Amino acid sequence: MAAPIVILLAVMLIYPVGQLLLLSIRGESGFTLAEYQRLFASSVYVEVLLITLKVSLYTTFFAVLTGYPIAYRLSTLSGARKQRLLFWLLLSFWTSFLVRTFAWVVLLGRNGVINRTLLDLGLIDAPLSLLYSFPAVLLGMVHALMPLAVLTMLSVMENIDRRLPSAASTLGARPGTLSLPGVAAGALMVFVTSIGFFITPTLLGGRHDTMITQLIIDQVMQALNWGFAGAISVLLLAVVLVVFFVYDRLVGLSTMAGGAGDVKTGKRRGGWSRALGETVLSALGRATDLLLRAMPRHKGEQGDGRVLRAIVVLLVVFLAAPALLMIPMSFDSASGLAWPPKGFSLQWYQQIWDSPLWMQAVTRSMLVGIGAGLLSMLIGTPAAFLLVRGGMRGKSAMLAFVLAPIVVPRMILAVGVFYFFAKIGLVGSSVGLTLAHTVVAVPYVVITMMAVLRNYDTRLDLAAYSLGARPWATLRRVTFPILGAGLLSSFLFAFATSFDELTIALFTSGGLSTTLPKQFWDEITMQISPVIAAVSTCLFLFIAALIWVAERLRRRSLAT
Amino acid sequence: MTVANLQVSGLSKRYGDFVALAPTDLDVAQGEFLTLLGPSGSGKTTLLSLIAGLSQPDAGAIRINGTDVTYGAPYERDIGMVFQNYALFPHMTVAENIAFPLQMRRTDAQAARKMVMNALEMVHLPHVAERYPRELSGGQQQRIALARCMVYRPSIILMDEPLGALDKKLRDHMQLEIKRIHRELGTTIVYVTHDQEEAMTMSDRICLMNAGEIAQLGTPDDLYFRPSSVFVADFLGESNLLDATVLERAGDQVRVAMPGVEGAQGASAMVYDPMVEPGRAVKLLLRPQNLHIHDGAVGGDGAHRDGVATISAKLTDIMVTGGMTKLYLQSSVMGGAVGEGGGVGKSLVASFPTHRRADDAVAIAG
Repeated sequence: MAAPIVILLAVMLIYPVGQLLLLSIRGESGFTLAEYQRLFASSVYVEVLLITLKVSLYTTFFAVLTGYPIAYRLSTLSGARKQRLLFWLLLSFWTSFLVRTFAWVVLLGRNGVINRTLLDLGLIDAPLSLLYSFPAVLLGMVHALMPLAVLTMLSVMENIDRRLPSAASTLGARPGTLSLPGVAAGALMVFVTSIGFFITPTLLGGRHDTMITQLIIDQVMQALNWGFAGAISVLLLAVVLVVFFVYDRLVGLSTMAGGAGDVKTGKRRGGWSRALGETVLSALGRATDLLLRAMPRHKGEQGDGRVLRAIVVLLVVFLAAPALLMIPMSFDSASGLAWPPKGFSLQWYQQIWDSPLWMQAVTRSMLVGIGAGLLSMLIGTPAAFLLVRGGMRGKSAMLAFVLAPIVVPRMILAVGVFYFFAKIGLVGSSVGLTLAHTVVAVPYVVITMMAVLRNYDTRLDLAAYSLGARPWATLRRVTFPILGAGLLSSFLFAFATSFDELTIALFTSGGLSTTLPKQFWDEITMQISPVIAAVSTCLFLFIAALIWVAERLRRRSLAT
Repeated sequence: MTVANLQVSGLSKRYGDFVALAPTDLDVAQGEFLTLLGPSGSGKTTLLSLIAGLSQPDAGAIRINGTDVTYGAPYERDIGMVFQNYALFPHMTVAENIAFPLQMRRTDAQAARKMVMNALEMVHLPHVAERYPRELSGGQQQRIALARCMVYRPSIILMDEPLGALDKKLRDHMQLEIKRIHRELGTTIVYVTHDQEEAMTMSDRICLMNAGEIAQLGTPDDLYFRPSSVFVADFLGESNLLDATVLERAGDQVRVAMPGVEGAQGASAMVYDPMVEPGRAVKLLLRPQNLHIHDGAVGGDGAHRDGVATISAKLTDIMVTGGMTKLYLQSSVMGGAVGEGGGVGKSLVASFPTHRRADDAVAIAG
């Protein structure tokens, strides 16, 4: 049952990435380190690496800091209020980075919303230059990655037994100390993701805010220097692996596993590294403790002050507002992205409708998304069955392998796949793109299906057998109908992952074979037009509908 | 004796080094209600799931109606199974749940509908046909699970602690229901429970299991009054077990001597075990309800009348459990292991129906 996923990842992940890494050390006359010498000889590249690390560190700090109150609030809420807050969070999480970054371009531009408002209020005389600066990049990145921080923190925090906090507090533990593994996991995910980010620095940053993945794009698209691109990729991968290694030494990767499996670390590492990790964690614990104590408590509601609630509301507004702002702008009847919008017209929507480029892109994205969704279901579901039900050894290794496409920076995968496709003539084909997207979507399918399967009572299958049902009839009449909602919701998540995917599409699609995110990217790197606002609005509403359906399905599948 | 409906011979199962079931033989007659009783880990559930075909034995054979089904799939055996958590299909209505086994047997729709309604009437729930399992109470769900099992008239119904999740009152009621249905259908039932009272009230025969083996197989009477081992005597009902030595045996009567018990000729007791012979050390089983308590200083003045032995003891506790009153006593008899309790005598329990002369009838306002 594991064969399809092993083959998929071997052909579409390990081989292309391995090829790319090999390219970096292969010269005209065999083995060479020339590319690496070049990389470290010029101060430019080292500086880019340092900038990347700086941006990532700042982003991580602020994303975790601002995400923590939301995660904390979510973990204490239940029922409809929790679902509402979670919906807004998921909406931000799934709204394309492109849409959200574009919103910041509109907000921060010379004639953008903020400058216009300040001018109209008479607070400033000339527009401030807010865009193309380090703070703009940081703002965009924090905004982009905060939902990821919250969701990671939450998944680890929720995995802690609900009664544990109260048990711990009777034993004298301070609130917050238990959620530290969650904070650490959130920080790790944000840091690793920011290192591989290029959308925000490209659109919001200036010349001095270039990040490492932008270098890779340049090398591949302009310089066509595969060897050098490979060398940078190795550097990027090395940084990510070092971060994971350090994290594992200090905190232990098993905290990440959370609901993803009963992964036992087995080895209990002692020594200075773990001690250091614990020291850092307890220092962080005291810090969060102070932070929480600073928040006045509202009587009657446990650990849930008015101030906290206000902070959470503000943060959610911060998350959602930029994308929501696109809606009024897209109906603007004037000719530019002016603020405040004047009149009402559907001209921009008309333009999308009439443009073969946009319509082709929509069709292509839909087809590829559905294809990748179905394929990752077909490949991921058996793997999830095996991981949950199978009694095999090396389950945790298998799980780590399956999750590898999330860990390997997307850019490296994208360049590797591009090189691979170029050799076998799959560039620009839907089949190739679908396959590549399947690699990226399949881990999400496996994780979702594992959760669904864990929730499934296998005695129902036994009952069906005892009532005279054969295995196939049991699968068709009992297992699949009950798992159906879970299957569909994991399909939707896979679809959304592919539908939103830019990095791979950036290289392997183009022209009339473009996907929606690629077309979006080409458009905004060229000009800022209200058409983009209209597209953003459509995407935003589409994603909102998807999440609504997927969440309902997921809850139904877990309720039975 | 009717033909054995279910024959288990030499059946065994191990998990690694753990013997879940030692080679076991068991015949269950057509229409019999047999209970597999035992503490957890005694092998009763293992035996049941082997009979159901939900796991595979290491050795031995299972025959249902003479057909060897040892390694057959569950759906090839003519069995029905009721699970502790009911295992009703959550996405089907009650009627669909009950119709499921009929559809699997390709019964025509018209006939199936009728059979479903009959089954629902049998469990007195005809009005819930269109509801979903989650809309029913635990007791109702269990009755639907019963109906789903009975509807296709399997020759054997297996029940795995079916009442385990219900509260005491509902459990008592459901015991009667299951007995009634058993009477009406005449199906063979193999029932698993760890509740000895449930086993006593419901079974034709009880198969008491311990550590993967059958400790004793017999009617509830056999097990209660004629236990074959200390384990059985101790497991079923409350008991006082005292050390004794056989003085003489005459048929099924013995006289035994017990250290610390007054009476020169010893006490008389029943015996069913042929191995019991004079001079042998035995355990004496005294059921609490058979101890008679006399107050006051017994001393030497005719404490033992006509072979009735007397143990002097100190009353330590009284417990009124509704209909029964239990007395806990600290006796002068030394029992148990040497050195146990440091010279303190064996504790005993006696029970009798709670009876207060003044309270024969009570008037309650409202």
